[in-house]
Amino acid sequence: MLLNLPFITVVIIMALGLYAMLFKRNLIKIVIGLSLIESGVNLFLVSLGYRNGGIAPIYTNAPSTNMVLPTPQALTLTSIVIGVATTAMLLSFCMVIYRHYGTLDSRKVRRLRE
Amino acid sequence: MSWDYFLNHSPALIIVIPLLAAFATPLIGRFSRKAMYIWITASLALTEIFSIILLYGVHTGGTMVYVMGANPYNLSVPPDSGGIPVRIILTVDSFGAFMAFTASTVALAGGIYSIACEHSQTGQEKYYALLLLMLVGMLGMVLTGDLFNFFVFLEINSLASAALVSYRIDKGVAVEAAFKYAIISSIGALAFLFGVGILYGEYDALNMAMIAQRMKFTDLDKIVMALFTVTLAMKAGAIPMHYWVPDGYGKAPGGISAMLVTASQASLYGVFRVSFTVFGLSANTLTLGWFLIILGVLSMFVGVTMALIQHDIKRLMAYHAISQTGYMLLGVGVGLATLGTAAFNQYGLAAMEGGIFHIINHAMYKGLLFLTAGAVIYRVGTSDLNKMGGLAHGMKYTTIFFMIGALSIAGIPPFNGFASKLLIYESVYQFNPLLSIIAMIVSILTLASFVKVFHSAFMGPKIYDVKEVPKSMLIGMCILTFFIILFGLFPNIAMTYLVGPAAKALANPLEYIARVLGGGA
Repeated sequence: MLLNLPFITVVIIMALGLYAMLFKRNLIKIVIGLSLIESGVNLFLVSLGYRNGGIAPIYTNAPSTNMVLPTPQALTLTSIVIGVATTAMLLSFCMVIYRHYGTLDSRKVRRLRE
Repeated sequence: MSWDYFLNHSPALIIVIPLLAAFATPLIGRFSRKAMYIWITASLALTEIFSIILLYGVHTGGTMVYVMGANPYNLSVPPDSGGIPVRIILTVDSFGAFMAFTASTVALAGGIYSIACEHSQTGQEKYYALLLLMLVGMLGMVLTGDLFNFFVFLEINSLASAALVSYRIDKGVAVEAAFKYAIISSIGALAFLFGVGILYGEYDALNMAMIAQRMKFTDLDKIVMALFTVTLAMKAGAIPMHYWVPDGYGKAPGGISAMLVTASQASLYGVFRVSFTVFGLSANTLTLGWFLIILGVLSMFVGVTMALIQHDIKRLMAYHAISQTGYMLLGVGVGLATLGTAAFNQYGLAAMEGGIFHIINHAMYKGLLFLTAGAVIYRVGTSDLNKMGGLAHGMKYTTIFFMIGALSIAGIPPFNGFASKLLIYESVYQFNPLLSIIAMIVSILTLASFVKVFHSAFMGPKIYDVKEVPKSMLIGMCILTFFIILFGLFPNIAMTYLVGPAAKALANPLEYIARVLGGGA
């Protein structure tokens, strides 16, 4: 049961993020929702590679061979870097939109349809 | 430094060249504008040359395997790894090389076109750096053999594209479009990554060939298949997930709209690659094929009917882009639905060839149409068709280019749209006559819609006193027109060297898997 805890957390985080993206009207909150989903995916990747009682995957002088998987950690690291870039770009879009529209309400930010 | 050296390392070089060029661009732009333009054009042309080298290499030697940082370059399964492919492996089969050629040709045309089109804008160094990064993203997506690597290039492509859509802020409207595009593509990419995570947890591998070989097709794999196909179809702009397309394509600068078409097609490549190579051996391809066919028919029909009522020239063309994507999904979907049955050799392969041929044709003529739309907006200053008129008096060459593009998209001979559409009609008719009839009706509606655009923008009395657009924009359009006429007059060239091998490579995942797992020899 305890071992499944990370995966339950993943589902909760992603559901929260999805909720924020679908039902919140503020653009910054939508970006926060996206960030939450991304954290959920990152946590999912790290938990995939976790082994109970495992050690860091360094073979030199290793006390045992029960090691956590290194690949998911590398994937997560890459994914975090990409996520930072995405979030920074989306927030700067929010800044420009606010400067030109005077609001971040997604119901009012819809000049494209006019 | 011999010919073999370049040939063997071309899968890596074609990605490295635009990547290095992208980061050097702001530096060079600081010293001289002119040097930067030469630098951009040279690097795009070099990428195009390497894409032709790749085509040659795949044509002569079959699927190419390139392992990043391995010695020798194609050591995909080292002797001490226990039969598991390690490192990042680029796998270039005929379909990948074909897509790389399409992407780099349109990027070359779009880059040269932008030199004059964006001449008076600020921040041009960043514009070209992002343009090259966008090309890197597309090339990486179509050449990689690794699912996580695919995700990374997908993100590079979406970030660069979103930033470029917002390049002309246009009182914030372009940024609104870019925000939508960025949200859609990021959430798509995250869902893709989640699927990659599940596959890694199941099969301990990220390599497509390895996963395909170990694939057991459990219920979990069905979820992954749904995640992959839906998110990638969303990025390709298929119908229920199309709402970002008219905004994104419509607000991007002219050259970028043309490149966004190939960016969407790189995602479409992902759909086809995943459904044929990764899941093709074990999944029920009839169901998956019908899924693609239904997506395709919906996109075709809804796209064109939405396009009929538009009065913004670029939004109209964007809806047509959705509609044309439907033809590719239909053609390849029929191939997938008949895969492994006797019908495949009868008409399934021909339908796939039609769908794949339509990819390159669509990239060329839709790219050309977006470039002419950009040229019209460049001179007139508005994208509203109701305010245009009589442009043929001043812009003779642009009018001719527009006519070629419009006739081609409507499938009128002797242009390239005819060649691929005829292939799709003929083969799909044998599969299911109704689908073929819908495709023909959509084609007629497309023609009607473009007659309207032609009439309201170019015909009529002279309203604007406009000159022809600058030379570099005409050169950009010329490059694409060359391929439209070449593939229209001699479809056999494209069929023998580009499309035929690509369809065969896609339909035969066993060869792909054997190449990667057999140590690349």
